Amino acid sequence: MHELSLASAVIDTATRHAAGRRITAVHLRVGHLRQVVPDSLQFYFGHVAEGTPCEGARLSLEVVPAELRCNGCGQAWQLEEIAFRCPSCGAGDVAVVAGEEFEVEWINVEQLEEQCTV
Amino acid sequence: MHRVRVRVVEDALDANNTIARANRDDFDRHGVTVVNLMGAPGAGKTALLERLLEAPLPDIRIGILEGDVEGSLDADRLAGLHVPVTQINTAAGFGGECHLDANMVRSALGSVPLDEIDLLLIENVGNLVCPAEFRVGEDARVMVTSVTEGEDKPLKYPLMFRACDLVMVNKVDLLPHLDIDLDLLLHRIDKVHPDVPTMVVSGRTGDGVDAVREWLRELHRTRAGVSV
Repeated sequence: MHELSLASAVIDTATRHAAGRRITAVHLRVGHLRQVVPDSLQFYFGHVAEGTPCEGARLSLEVVPAELRCNGCGQAWQLEEIAFRCPSCGAGDVAVVAGEEFEVEWINVEQLEEQCTV
Repeated sequence: MHRVRVRVVEDALDANNTIARANRDDFDRHGVTVVNLMGAPGAGKTALLERLLEAPLPDIRIGILEGDVEGSLDADRLAGLHVPVTQINTAAGFGGECHLDANMVRSALGSVPLDEIDLLLIENVGNLVCPAEFRVGEDARVMVTSVTEGEDKPLKYPLMFRACDLVMVNKVDLLPHLDIDLDLLLHRIDKVHPDVPTMVVSGRTGDGVDAVREWLRELHRTRAGVSV
């Protein structure tokens, strides 16, 4: 059900940027830490898209690995298991450099020849 | 007809965050500190609110915004506690959503007496996932997890545990009857969200609730100092 809300948000964002044009594809960057199940998001996307400019659009997902950096010692690492303390110095003050994205990167839209591209 | 690619690069939750900022502006204008209370169904969020409201917080007038999918059972429970309670039902016009979002809170603000309160406690819909995704304009996010939910929840729902500024571990009065390892639960919370404050509480006996009151007072004090 998490993915149902997120699918609606993706469709709203894509629809706004399509400015009335029909959308044929949506590309999404999803951080590993967002706990999104790609299959589930695909399912809800298809379902919620019905009757919107996204109906029939293909959703592609790119999962962004979680990258962390310790604000204490500067150690950088990629998160493999759910453990956010610095593996080097044990500090808890750790920045998430990547992995929290939930971003519509691009959409493909159908456009009549005479329309100008913004 | 041909296809063109439109570069978007926008957080899909931007629309929600924009409304959340508008809510926040309204709260700021009225000097109201806002806490978004989250947790699984049955974690004891309402019971803890009841306990919290039993004794007034000196100089801080509290209001409650209750989010539920359906019905007003929680709001009815809190109605006897002499604080303004506003109910939002996500089933009424919001598609039965499993969480509150900024727009739902915005639509309810007309019914919340912002001029008469200092602290608004928003009880989110019981859910360990979705509420963490949607900011509503709050100053702090607080979650309730209970010892009956097991030690594994921080590892299964890190998004929620990481979203919070305070984690209350509820129902500790039941520990003698359970096999749960409280230290392991606290260790796992720290593993997922290092250094997040945790408070061990019981909505049933009232243990630990004074510390939560103090945390809320401090939050309001700090915020009032910043915004006014």
